[in-house]
Parts: sequence; structure tokens; C-alpha cells
Amino acid sequence: MTTETAAGRFGRYGGRYVPETLVPALQELEEAYATASADPAFGEEVARVLREYVGRPTTLTPARRLTEAWGGANVWLKREDLAHTGAHKINNTVGQVLLARRMGKKRIIAETGAGQHGVATATACALFGLPCEVYMGALDVERQALNVFRMRALGAVVRPVESGSRTLKDAMNEAMRTWVSQVSDTHYVIGSAAGPHPYPTVVRDFQAVIGRELRTQAQAAFGGLPDAIIACVGGGSNAIGVLHPFIGDASVRLVGVEAGGHGLHTKQHGASLTLGTEGVLHGSRSLVLQDEDGQIQEAHSISAGLDYPGVGPELAHLAKTGRMEVRIATDDEALAAFYEVARLEGILPALETSHAFARGRELARELGAGKHLVINCSGRGDKDVATISARGVPPPVGVKE
Amino acid sequence: MSGEIAQTFAQAKARGEGVLVTYAMAGDPDLPRSVDVFAALVEGGADVLEIGVAFSDPIADGPVIQGAAERALKAGSTLKRVLDEVVPEVRKRCPQTPLVIMTYVNLIMAMGEARYAKLARERGVSGTILPDLPPEESASLRATFDAEGMDLIPLCAPTTPPARAEAIAKDGRGFVYCVSVSGVTGMRAELPPDLSQRLDLVRKAASVPVVAGFGISTAEQARTLSAHADGVVVGSALVRAAHTEGLEAAKALCADIKRGLRR
Repeated sequence: MTTETAAGRFGRYGGRYVPETLVPALQELEEAYATASADPAFGEEVARVLREYVGRPTTLTPARRLTEAWGGANVWLKREDLAHTGAHKINNTVGQVLLARRMGKKRIIAETGAGQHGVATATACALFGLPCEVYMGALDVERQALNVFRMRALGAVVRPVESGSRTLKDAMNEAMRTWVSQVSDTHYVIGSAAGPHPYPTVVRDFQAVIGRELRTQAQAAFGGLPDAIIACVGGGSNAIGVLHPFIGDASVRLVGVEAGGHGLHTKQHGASLTLGTEGVLHGSRSLVLQDEDGQIQEAHSISAGLDYPGVGPELAHLAKTGRMEVRIATDDEALAAFYEVARLEGILPALETSHAFARGRELARELGAGKHLVINCSGRGDKDVATISARGVPPPVGVKE
Repeated sequence: MSGEIAQTFAQAKARGEGVLVTYAMAGDPDLPRSVDVFAALVEGGADVLEIGVAFSDPIADGPVIQGAAERALKAGSTLKRVLDEVVPEVRKRCPQTPLVIMTYVNLIMAMGEARYAKLARERGVSGTILPDLPPEESASLRATFDAEGMDLIPLCAPTTPPARAEAIAKDGRGFVYCVSVSGVTGMRAELPPDLSQRLDLVRKAASVPVVAGFGISTAEQARTLSAHADGVVVGSALVRAAHTEGLEAAKALCADIKRGLRR
């Protein structure tokens, strides 16, 4: 089952809106990827690295105390936070760096927002011995010091981007500009299921390992398919990865949770599926937060990974056709969910992931007892401790301080 | 086809000159004063004006034009305002000079392709350059433009394989914009050695004139290229001159480069 209606098109969305200089490189990537996908040896190599190095399959954890607290469906967590580097991002970077090596590329560039994709790219480059440059908005460089250090420790160069809003979208602009000038020997590892064709397809396929594992694990754990799966949506790589293998299963509700930021009544949010309009950003046609003149608006979210005014074209298509339900979690709701999960399950989820948890209770209750709800626990929250602790820590549970 | 562009190239050819296409950003430093910049470029010898319309995420532009776009957005530039307030004024002051809008496809989509083509044509715009719209994505937009007589000017890049370049050139509208370097807009001390060869190939296949752009900022570069192209585009060097040194400097640079195009 696929939603791809033609090469690189998902209904009205997708395509390849890039400078002519990049078109041949994207065609080359598309062909190399098709050849690699058809080569069993490549698939085995990716699977081997995911098993031996990334630590896959990640477990499916029964969340017993959340289940009890929410009083509805059985809650399960797909534990991408346990993958090497602490998030699902590594699934894609390992695949793309192996592909780049196969294509004979000599260096790797990437963009990053919170730094998770940058760290995962730097990690794959260290593993396979390729030089790596990561473009990161200057504002994000300031607020994600831990990940900036991790990238540098791994041998990558972090290039702060001073233009525009100095965040993820500007980092992506600068990475594309750099790629235009170095396209012959350089591979650009995009981290979101966004960008020009074939990136949305390539990233989805490398991330779909999450959903494929989940199918098998669900069968073993409760003898069937989940009744609903929730994932947070920024650009959408973890969401499309976990949801894609279930698109053809009508009984499975697919739920994406977007960043509500300060609330949808403000302009400070990242809800491109809910409030975006059709436009072209970073090489594909999708739903975009923009003003009536077509200028891209700055997004806002407490989580840097959801602080993006666009969304991958396949998710836009799934949302517009109604296959995926879209819900919203605000900054405050995500923070509350962070502590709820920490204190009931002993897991510190990433702030991005906390948005998915924030809609868990209502969905568990809608489904009711005996049903199975899976939350994609896309990453761990260590990177977010500075942001979260700056707002104060709630009192301990059951013990006097 | 708009006709105005073809006529300008034919006249330049008759005079034994290469065509000077100049770029400046509408709304930099503000909407009315950018009209003065365009007028100065024409006084300096520009034959065709590219009117840049600022977009928030200009992936094909280097730092000079990015800076101009940020200033223009701050000054309240929008595609609608450029068509209403800048284009008619430039048209009045430079009635003989073909006008070409250069911007990103999202602004055209936001206005509506047909609405844009009709309005821009009414205001006196002959062509449009969209650096993030390669041929694969342009079929419907180009049909709409064709119906209104608006030329969608195609781009060829250094990485474009010969057969693809020939196909782009054969089917061109207005002129073919040959991007001289793999990279973003901005001045370069040196242009790639194979550029003249690529220009010859495109020119041989093209049904319309061929110009070279990106990286060009001196009379010497213009002179070298004019043997292989019908004209050159100068952008960042003029935007920078107008911004940091003023109108006279931009006009003088125009005149200098134009001298390089006289054979």
C-alpha cells in the first residue's frame, strides 16, 4: 500500500521544486536509490547496521501505569528513544550515508533543528569515515549546546546560519545553497520526510522499519494490529515511519499530533497540517504556514524539532484525504505530558514526543478498555532538560523534600 | 510570446552589442526608491530589467540578494505591491525597456498563476524567471503564461546534461538563462573554463536568445562571454553597489559592463 500516486507525488503534494543545478543530482539520487532498493545486498547491509549498531529492533513496552491512569485502552510504547543516539533519526542517516557511499560521494552535509538529526548524521559519518558538515540556525546553536558539542565530538563541523529566523528552515535553505555549489561530490542527508523528490520517499522507506517492527511485535504482544497509533508531526519522519506500514489497514486509526505552541489562536505554533495552505517550501509542494502573499511564516514550538512551518508531502496527503487524524498539543500540554510519562513510566520523552503523549489520554478513552493504543516514543528527552528545567520542576511524588 | 524581449535583442544585435540584463530588488531600500534604482540602471545602459520580488526563503540566492530581500520584506514588499506600485512607475520612466519579474514560485502560486500572468502583463511585464521551477514542474504554469503572452524564461545549469540543455533551449520563451556557475547568485572572481562551450551548445539549440548569469560583475567578464552569448545578467554586483555606494555607483558599473558588451 502506498499513497504515491506517481513518482514523487502524493495526490496534489510532492514534486521537485529546486534550482535546475540540483535536478540532475536528484535524478541521480533517485536512480541510485532505486538500484540500491532492488539490491538485496544493500538491504541486508542496512539491516545489519541497524541490528548490530543502532540496536534494532527497538522494544514495544507495555505502559501499565499510563494504561491505569488513563482508564481506557492498553497503552504501548514503541521505544525509538532506545535507538543509538536517542531517537529514530539514526534509522534514516545510516541508510542515506550507506547510499551516499555506494554512490561514491566524498562528503556529507545535513541541516538540523534541535540537533538530533545532526547528531545522527555525524554519528553515521563517523561510523563510515566520511567528512560531515551540519547547518544549524544560530538561534538553535545557542539553545541546543549539548547537541552542538555531540556533533563536534563526533568530528563534524557545525555551521551556524545567521539568515532569516536563524532556525531550522533557514538551516535547510543554507544546506540547499551549499549543496547547489558542491553537488558533484556531496550528498545532502535530509532528516525530514520532506524536501524535493526523492527525499520524502527515501526518508519514509528508511524510517518505515519502525512500523514494520511494530506489526510483528503487536502480533506477538496482543495477537493483532494496534487499534490506533499516535505520533508527533513536525516535518514528519517518525510519523510517516511508524504509520506508513499501516495505511492499508482500515481498522488502524492513524493519529498525528502537531505543535500547538502558544495556541492556534496565536500565530505562534507549528500546525501546518491544521492551518497550513498549499505552497512550495524546501523543494516540495505541501501544506505550509504562510501569509496571503506567500511569505513563509515563522513557526513556534517549545520543541525545536516541531518548530517548522512545513510538513512532508505524504503526511499532507494522508491528512487531507482523512486517512490520518490530526490533533494538536500546546507547549504547556507537552510539558505536562513530559512529567506524566516521567513519573508513571520512568521515561523522559523528548519534547517532540511529549506532544504525542499529550493526546494519549483522550485517545485511550475514546478507544476504551481492551483496545490497543501505540504511542511512538520517538526520542529521549535528555537534550531538552535545560529548556524544561528552566520552567521549574514540580514537587517529588510520595516523599517530602 | 511577448515580443518586446525579442525586439530588444534584435535591436542590440543590429547595433553589434550584447544585451545587458540587470537585476535589482523591488522594495530595496523601499518601494519608491527602488524605482530610482531601476531607472539608474537603464540610464547606465541596461537593456532589460529583472525586477526581483522578495521571498522569505530564497534558496537560489547568495548573501547580497538575501540581504536585499530582507530589506525589501521589512519595507513591506509583496508581489501585489510590486505590480501595483513599482512596475507601473518603472514602465513610465523606462518605456522602452522590457521588464522581467524574477521571484520564487510560491509567490506566484499564492497570487494564483492566471491572476498573476494577467495582472503582470497588464502592468507591462514581458517575462518571468522562477529559479525553483524546473521544466518537470512548469507545464501547467507555462501553459497559463503562454495564454496571457507572458514568457516563462527557462534556466540551464552547469550540471544540466547536454541533451537536457538542448531540450530546454529548443523550447525556450523570451530568452534562455544560462547559469554560469554551480552555486547561488553572487559575484565570482573567476568563471568556469567550460562555460563558453556550454553557451555555444545551448545557443546552437535555442529558438530564442541566450544570456549568461550568476557570478558576472566586470566588463572583462562581459566581453569574454559576449562572444558566446547574446547577453549577460548582472545582479549582485549592482545590488551591492546601489546599496552601499548609491545610485550613481550602480549606474557607473552598468555603463562599464555595457562597454564590455560593445563589440
